[in-house]
Amino acid sequence: MALPQRRTDIGPPHYKDFLPPVIQKNYGDWKYHEVVNAGVMVHVANSGDKIWSVRVASPRLLSTDTIRDMAAIAEKYCGGYIRFTTRNNVEFLVSDEKNLEPLQKELRDKKYMMGGIGNRISNIVHTQGWIHCHSAASDASGLVKALMDEFADYFTTKETPNKVRMAVACCVNMCGAVHCSDIAVVAVHRKVPTIDHDKVKNMCEVPSTIAACPTGAISPEPSKKSVKINADKCMYCGNCFTVCPPIEIHDPEFDGVAIVVGGKVGNLRSNPKFSKLAIPFIKNNPPRWPEVTAAVRKILDAYVADAKKHERVGEWIERIGWEKFFKVTGLPFTFQHIDDFVIARETFRTAATFKW
Amino acid sequence: MPKKYETPLLDELEKGPFPSFVTEIKKAAAKSDMAADELGQLEKSYRDKRGYWKHGGIVGVRGYGSGVIGRYSSLPEEFPNVANFHTLRINSIAGFFYTSKFLNEMCDIWDKYGSGLTNLHGSTGDLILLGTNTENLEPVFAEFSSRGWDLGGSGSALRTPSCCVGPARCEWSNIDTLDITYSITQEWQDEMHRPAFPYKFKFKTAGCAVDCIASIARADCSIIGTWKGNIAVDQAEVANYQKKGMNIKEEIVDMCPSKCMSYDGKELKINDADCVRCMHCIAKMTKALKPTGEKGATILIGSKAPFVIGATLSWVIVPFMKMEPPYDEFKNLIRKMWEFWDEHGKNRERIGELIIRKGMREFLEFIGVEPQPQQVKEPRRDPFFFWKEADLQK
Repeated sequence: MALPQRRTDIGPPHYKDFLPPVIQKNYGDWKYHEVVNAGVMVHVANSGDKIWSVRVASPRLLSTDTIRDMAAIAEKYCGGYIRFTTRNNVEFLVSDEKNLEPLQKELRDKKYMMGGIGNRISNIVHTQGWIHCHSAASDASGLVKALMDEFADYFTTKETPNKVRMAVACCVNMCGAVHCSDIAVVAVHRKVPTIDHDKVKNMCEVPSTIAACPTGAISPEPSKKSVKINADKCMYCGNCFTVCPPIEIHDPEFDGVAIVVGGKVGNLRSNPKFSKLAIPFIKNNPPRWPEVTAAVRKILDAYVADAKKHERVGEWIERIGWEKFFKVTGLPFTFQHIDDFVIARETFRTAATFKW
Repeated sequence: MPKKYETPLLDELEKGPFPSFVTEIKKAAAKSDMAADELGQLEKSYRDKRGYWKHGGIVGVRGYGSGVIGRYSSLPEEFPNVANFHTLRINSIAGFFYTSKFLNEMCDIWDKYGSGLTNLHGSTGDLILLGTNTENLEPVFAEFSSRGWDLGGSGSALRTPSCCVGPARCEWSNIDTLDITYSITQEWQDEMHRPAFPYKFKFKTAGCAVDCIASIARADCSIIGTWKGNIAVDQAEVANYQKKGMNIKEEIVDMCPSKCMSYDGKELKINDADCVRCMHCIAKMTKALKPTGEKGATILIGSKAPFVIGATLSWVIVPFMKMEPPYDEFKNLIRKMWEFWDEHGKNRERIGELIIRKGMREFLEFIGVEPQPQQVKEPRRDPFFFWKEADLQK
């Protein structure tokens, strides 16, 4: 069968064609919203019109079978209207209140996991991992599944002092907001890469390989028409591998994950913050990474027990002090926690005020 | 029938309450040889604790230099159906709204030509079709584009712009995030599809400082809605919040970063001149508090993940800009920024890294923006500063 005529540079369709009529009517004219329960919120317009959003978890990686099922549910209760959130949850958009209960019943019957709205743990933003990425130092989807199973009750029912935004990145390239999340897992390498000089000669551009190194550890090796790496300067980021694949950085024995905490992107109360290092290394232990879930549990429990209402993880830690954070979590403080990258001195304590 | 792999490790990830990506891959693997080999290779990764994907090579659809991510198995003999297994990025709808009609059509096309696996969505916000081989790329593109859909960005190009839900379903949005996103996406199709920048460039648009799209952390250009007027207070609604158990002094007044609020048990007062518009009080008392007056956006530049100089958050360039269609002032400013980047940027240097390397003055003078205290947390603390000849004549 002949293919249809292709078109180029048309861009995406207009969003208006995908908005439910009640949204089209009240666009930009919403008055307030209320969280009905962990899986349902209602937005009320100045006109008095309402739209209910019923949120369910998604693993982000979806088969066409599951998408068709979601589409069928949306057709039955939502006039076919459905949206996805920036954290990869799915929202069924209900304009007619009488569809709200039957929709939730069908979602429950089909084992969709409703929740994630309000001061809770929402879905974990994550990267591609071993499923489809060349530079993954760990899997992402497996870590997310293990963590979300562990904290499922914080998605469906239980509350936290404020939202807890988690992220998983399968390498330090961080194709997710790991660097600004409440609690995040980032996969790391720990050994200097090896170089296949014959292949570098044919596959790589030497200047761009040198420029890719954040610590200036790479220099030319003219005799081999290749590059060499100063092991004392290398911080194992793997950027050289992305630019020049014959520089091999994967090491199943020594690769694993670090845990960073206290970041946020919102401006509420305190300014956006980077996540900071809590645990420098945990070995990869697939399929369920029990040491990682236990470590995150330890940090989350300390936060839930001690934070004031509305404090994010980073705000809680800044109030009690980082020295106290390591004390209450029992996490060891190591040389890896003291910055020695190029912007290190910003983090040194230049005051005599701290807690014992 | 696709090949059936034993997957004892991945089977462990079908247990537990959260929806399982393994179950999703298995559903696709029942119908697709590609998805079956993806599953088999993934089990091997779980066994060996390492990935088996290679990158590189030029692959795409005719006339485009982006939108397709080349991916190859490093074990093509063992997993021949994913020997080449490329991702297509479909430009998503602003605000991530869809209809069942479109989703069903997408599934039909993807079952016919691809693995049946997707990501809704990728980190940048594209609708990701996860994996097909080289010969299917053109047919998939023809099917989508003939229905009015296009590819997103990849490589050293404009990446697919994305935004929060904005005025479509949020009372806090100060700007039309969906319209801005749609407008800049349509304006710069060539910049998206034919990589000509030193490196990638991302736009993210948030309606307010809550920043549900993480624009300040993940976009070379962050557009964040804000306002210039006062916060209108509905005292009756304030009283309702108190009646329902909110401790207004502790939860609202004491948590205000600029200490511009007071509450005597009857009246909530705001000294608007001191407000920094962080959104805490408005987010917690949405029925009682509303921004009024002129609406617009703060334009910030430079955020990115760690490579190469360490992670950065975007910093303020233009404290306030009106954002009304056709957004000419904004678009012209961006064109100037790209011209600066085009002139001075090195290969694989993000615009923020370039500004840090060249200095803010060079950048601001080039794009024609005056120095303003809103652009910095504090003035410089070192005594080393440049003087240009023109400065000496003043």
